[in-house]
Amino acid sequence: MVKVPEPMRNEPSPEEIKKNKVYLDWALTTEEYDLICDHLHRLPNYTETGLFAAMWSEHCSYKKSKPVLRKFWSQNERVLQGPGEGAGVLDIGDQQAVVFKAESHNHPSAVEPYEGAATGVGGILRDIFSMGAQPIAVLDSLRFGELNNNDTKHLVNGIIAGIAGYGNAIGIPTVGGEIGFDATYQGNPLVNVMAVGLLNQADMQVGKAEGIGNRVLYVGAKTGRDGIHGATFASSDFDSGVEKNRSAVQVGDPFLEKLVMDATIKAIREHGDAIVGVQDMGAAGLVSSSAEMADEAGTGVLLDLDKVPQRETNMTPYELMLSESQERMLLVVKANQVAEVAKVFEDAGLSAVDIGEVTDNGKYVLSFEGQTVADVDVNYLTNPPKQVMQETAPKRLTQDATQQYQPEMTNASQTLTDLLKQSTIASKATLFRHFDSMVRTNTVIKPGGDAALVRIKGTSKALAMTTDISGRYTYLNPKIGGALAVAEAARNIVATGATPIGITDCLNFGDPDDPEIYYELDKSCEGINDMAKVLNTPIISGNVSLYNETDGQAIYPTPMVGMVGLLDDVEKATTINFKNADDLIYLVGEVRPDFNGTELQKMQTGEIKGNLNDFDKNIEKQHQQLVLAGIKQQLINSAHDVAEGGLGVTLAEMTFNTDFGANVKQAHPVSWYFAESPSLFVVTVKPENQTKFEKLVGDQARLIGKVTTDPQLKLVALDQDINVNKNEIEKGYQEAITWQLNH
Amino acid sequence: MKAAVIQFPGSNCDMDMMHALKDFKVDATLVSHNETDLSDYDAIFLPGGFSFGDYLRSGAIARFSPIMEAVKQADEAGKRIVGICNGFQILTEAGLLPGQLMQNEHPGFICDEVKMEVTNPDTKFSRDYQTSEITLPVAHGEGRYYADQATIDSLEKNHQIVFKYQTNVNGSTDDIAGITNQKGNVLGMMPHPERAIEAILGNTDGRKLFESILDN
Repeated sequence: MVKVPEPMRNEPSPEEIKKNKVYLDWALTTEEYDLICDHLHRLPNYTETGLFAAMWSEHCSYKKSKPVLRKFWSQNERVLQGPGEGAGVLDIGDQQAVVFKAESHNHPSAVEPYEGAATGVGGILRDIFSMGAQPIAVLDSLRFGELNNNDTKHLVNGIIAGIAGYGNAIGIPTVGGEIGFDATYQGNPLVNVMAVGLLNQADMQVGKAEGIGNRVLYVGAKTGRDGIHGATFASSDFDSGVEKNRSAVQVGDPFLEKLVMDATIKAIREHGDAIVGVQDMGAAGLVSSSAEMADEAGTGVLLDLDKVPQRETNMTPYELMLSESQERMLLVVKANQVAEVAKVFEDAGLSAVDIGEVTDNGKYVLSFEGQTVADVDVNYLTNPPKQVMQETAPKRLTQDATQQYQPEMTNASQTLTDLLKQSTIASKATLFRHFDSMVRTNTVIKPGGDAALVRIKGTSKALAMTTDISGRYTYLNPKIGGALAVAEAARNIVATGATPIGITDCLNFGDPDDPEIYYELDKSCEGINDMAKVLNTPIISGNVSLYNETDGQAIYPTPMVGMVGLLDDVEKATTINFKNADDLIYLVGEVRPDFNGTELQKMQTGEIKGNLNDFDKNIEKQHQQLVLAGIKQQLINSAHDVAEGGLGVTLAEMTFNTDFGANVKQAHPVSWYFAESPSLFVVTVKPENQTKFEKLVGDQARLIGKVTTDPQLKLVALDQDINVNKNEIEKGYQEAITWQLNH
Repeated sequence: MKAAVIQFPGSNCDMDMMHALKDFKVDATLVSHNETDLSDYDAIFLPGGFSFGDYLRSGAIARFSPIMEAVKQADEAGKRIVGICNGFQILTEAGLLPGQLMQNEHPGFICDEVKMEVTNPDTKFSRDYQTSEITLPVAHGEGRYYADQATIDSLEKNHQIVFKYQTNVNGSTDDIAGITNQKGNVLGMMPHPERAIEAILGNTDGRKLFESILDN
């Protein structure tokens, strides 16, 4: 009889696990458990059951979303690394590359907003520097319930403070993102964080445990009992009647992460020949990082758990393997060079411990107090059984609802004034002010523009970056909505003068076992994919967050699209604000009466309803290319895409933070100023460039008005005019969020 | 001029300061907080950031770093010492400047561009400013300058207050944004001049500060 190590005495035996179905609590199904038993020809012990539960969770394995994700287009001439690694990598010339990825931290942020959001920032940054890249920017895409709810206020304050607390301290600027409010996110807020890094191509690392006999080096923070089973926690939905699972939320330490980040980048740059693989310990911590690296290389791994640095006493193998303690990295290092790599970390005051080796038998073996406590096949552990997912179109999509909402327009000036105060449209400057957007001194366009722009020191180049969510549109039509999210992200990038080059995403959906939700997931990804191909923006990384439900009610299907663009000459960057009086205002594209899913529909009726009109992806692309050409030839001096709130809101925003107003005339009903039609830009052109510009754009852009010195926004239409004092509407736009948070 | 930029664990504006100094062709070197000798340098810069995670209190741990003895010797030798943001917090904690930086009046980090006044244009750090009104970036959560009335009176009397906020963003006593020591060789300020030296980033009001320092 083998003696059971002391810390493991209270664990149920393999027979008890089977009898009491302990695995069900970890979201492993009975079918899956039985498969594991068959595969092993024995009953798995407690530790092994935990390993499978974590590795086969949706959060780690993407087993349910994989059939959809596999369809994503992710190859073109720039792609150096597509999905499957810490982050995707695109060639930007000069032997440099941009690395980016987005990740969701919805579940942790719902129960513990500060730490949930903070560790969301920490986790995505580790994904970036594990590739060998220096993180250069963070963006946050946030969705909350309505702001008139006290829970929402608590979440907004906590989540904003958490992002600030982590990002500011680690010294990576938070340069952009967007924040929106809809009742559907009540109880299930979305915290999607995107990080962007800059890489010398020679330093690129991947997560691979290659080379038999190579060593597994554990670096960074010690392992504690925090975040155990965070991955399975993220793979189930919420029940509002049950105490929320706080122990599954990790606690972040940005100071420690800064040390880990700087040391990891230094080790890769100075000892790159010694380092075979790097991976951060994120979801399902030690097991996921080590097993994935071994699977990638087709090797095995043997870990000695007694060597794992521990923050608490009496930790069991189960706890050590599944802890999601933050600020930890796993490196695979050539056997004879461990000391030189470890020294880089030790010099920074960090743990760097050799905890195991790469083996040739394809086995995942753990030893603890002299005993083997887990022995399973790497390949089996990392590849859950294929899932067959059912899809059905939700009823609301099969009913005929093509008719557009008919807005009420008794006082269009008032409508514009009110729209600018809607929480989703109003300025988020008072929230973004909590983020350090300038550290590293590269931020050319700060939060508040269409996209952020970060220059690359030592070159004339800059990277534009943005995030976009089109949850309302996706709810009304998943496929068109998905395509619109990509199109709008690209318009944001284009408005700065940069060429869109690639996409990351966070797919926030409900329970995938519901065929209607799976349909929404599948169709919206199709839309994303179709638009991405047209724009030549491959989808190089991403993340899936499913089970976004409270009490069986799913959120809107909400894909978040993060996009990066490249600008060759940063001096030619364009911003959204009007530049000079008498500049000519042009509209690229034509407004249509698209009112379903608009901010106007929500403001006037309190709900989102109907179907969406489709749009022509090639025209979208043409308009973007036109604007890019105009900026490149320096004919356009300000550009803004038309989004929430329509043309009226776009024009108003262009007057803000300037001394100017505008006179615009359109031969359509006044309500059309609030239509949210796709593929539209407003640009301004100096009078002396009129001929040149009109020659460039042909009939795809139309002169609609003029920038004025008079601080008045006059929008003429067929039936009614809008005439508002720009300073007054700007005041409402700037102060609305603070007012709503405090009332 | 040879300048040292001190790197504490958690400093995060160290590279920004290096970038700025190099822009002014200064021979600048990063020096670890564990070093003990600064005799080779003419000017010492303590950059912004979160030294030692701002744990306990911002600057409270950094002041015990080995390098701080050398910083004190540099002060005794009359060398120019500049503490920006967290650097200012470290200098007050170390007793090289009077007063204390406390949590902002409205708790929470603020990042913004703030109008301020050059209240003393005759210091080694401000003498090149031609206008009294400038705009500089701020980025801090613990930037509220506090000192007792006697200290404030003596700061005023000795013209040690170099910058004052026109919009008091953090509740600082007497709107104080930056001060020197009595000798006038040590400057501490919460705003970030190193973030305001390039037109492409939208603000060049920090340039005169560096020019003043270089202008021997």
